[in-house]
Amino acid sequence: MSMRNREPRGAMLLTALGALALHLLPLPDVLGIFRPAFVVLCVVYWSLNAPRAGGIALGFLTGLALDVFKGAVLGQYALATSLIAYVTIRQHLMMRNKPPFEQTLFVVAMLFLWEAVIWAIDGWTGQTSAGLGRWVHVATGALCWLPITLALGRTHVAR
Amino acid sequence: MSAFATGATRSLPQRGPAPGLRFFIYALLALTLMVLDQRGGWLERVRYGLQAAAYPLQLAMNSPSAAWNWTHKIFEARDALQTENAKLRETNRLLRLANLRGAALEQENAALRGLRARLPGVAEKWLPGEVIGTESTTLRQRLVIDRGAVNGIFKAQAVVAGEGLLGQTLRVGPWSTEVILLTDPEHALPVQVVRNGLRTLAVGSGDTETLALPYLPIQSDIKEGDLLVTSGLGGVFPQGYPVGRVTQVRRDGNSPLAQVRATPLAALDRDRIVSFVWFRANHPATPTAAVTAANGGDPSMKPMETPPAPSLRAPAASAAAARAAPVTAPARTPVRAPVAATRPEASSVPPTSVPAVAAPASASPAPVEPTAAAPATAAPASTPPAEAVPPASVPAISPAAATRQAAPASTPASAEQRP
Repeated sequence: MSMRNREPRGAMLLTALGALALHLLPLPDVLGIFRPAFVVLCVVYWSLNAPRAGGIALGFLTGLALDVFKGAVLGQYALATSLIAYVTIRQHLMMRNKPPFEQTLFVVAMLFLWEAVIWAIDGWTGQTSAGLGRWVHVATGALCWLPITLALGRTHVAR
Repeated sequence: MSAFATGATRSLPQRGPAPGLRFFIYALLALTLMVLDQRGGWLERVRYGLQAAAYPLQLAMNSPSAAWNWTHKIFEARDALQTENAKLRETNRLLRLANLRGAALEQENAALRGLRARLPGVAEKWLPGEVIGTESTTLRQRLVIDRGAVNGIFKAQAVVAGEGLLGQTLRVGPWSTEVILLTDPEHALPVQVVRNGLRTLAVGSGDTETLALPYLPIQSDIKEGDLLVTSGLGGVFPQGYPVGRVTQVRRDGNSPLAQVRATPLAALDRDRIVSFVWFRANHPATPTAAVTAANGGDPSMKPMETPPAPSLRAPAASAAAARAAPVTAPARTPVRAPVAATRPEASSVPPTSVPAVAAPASASPAPVEPTAAAPATAAPASTPPAEAVPPASVPAISPAAATRQAAPASTPASAEQRP
């Protein structure tokens, strides 16, 4: 019972900052579209493994930071990322002990949902693009899921 | 497992409202933010604070490349530096020579425009800044620069690089500024073809190498290689700053519009140092505050008290008149305002008709300019020669002709006309 009060808040904050930093890392345009949505992967990880450490607030605040970094409409990424946090927290009991492959499928669904929300809001605010480049990161993010799980697993005591 | 599950469900109520309700609250908050942000700058202050908070992380993430540049600079070989130094000296020499000629050209331009004195350059001050963040997608082409409100940066300020125009400031934080590039799909720039003065809009394409010129009719006179400069409309950039070069002109019979593409001159994706520009508020070439006025206005920007129109229009109008009427000997009326202005009677000309105006205005046939009816100067010009030649044929006197006729002009115009 005492374990439950020790949420890995510090590790969560540090890894969230690291994920945000990876979004800012300057990359050439060509590589930029392959950059996984590290923030989403991080939010999904913590929502699965420590749903009470950050909760939906983690999604909202990291999303808001992305809004500022990307110069988007304030609230666009915040809404998408809190939705991901919410869905993952609702599903965490079902998903957390699934084998890695099934978890990866779930992560693909989350990345796709995240990008779809952003795409919809882009359309709503009058920015339309026919490019498919924006969906590429769903695939690279899925490939990164397993390494990220292993890496983040070392930052806290699994319960 | 089941023990954990019961533990989890039991603990949730202690943590406040259920996830569904919490998500609802956050979603509502995000939607409110979006609506407020879209409906005109209600969130300017919030953004300002958030940009301040984001600055350290942006700076930190830029530090690897900054550190790389720094170490590179330190360990750069001596001969490489010497070569670069020699090259810079050579460039500097050429630039200084060009600048010498530039001053002469400016003087000449001032003379052609009828201005008494050479105007200072329209740009008053430059401030270099370093790029600390980029966002380059098909939807957004932005840069983050490490200068902000503390450096005096303001919204909708021109940003240039060595080769050409880069963009304008969009959101200003205390220490950092977001710059919207020319190639951002939301950016449209009023431009002009240097060769023939054709005006149009250059719209961003979402690609750092391409500008689109989508509003040119199929028969417009534009071709590959044309240089585009700012036209001075739009209220952000003054006239004449280089923008890009036309790379592709497609005329498709099915469409009434030509498909024109251009490449920006500035290396939008490679420049690391950019410059913010301040323009002289009272310079005629300074853009008027059309855009800023819509946002509440910039108090420092006032309509110019100098009426610039005659000084620009008069040569054109009189040139048209010169074309219309065959230039004959009597048509060369020696009425010359610059000389007349030196006459004592000319002191009654109201001070609003700045030297820039008086000269060609009184020589121009069209009486559009009220100050042209200044006593003593215009009176002999309009009445006595009217019997000899219709007023419409009062020609434009070229600067060369002006110098030729400076001497007779000192005598009354009517006396010149009689013979």
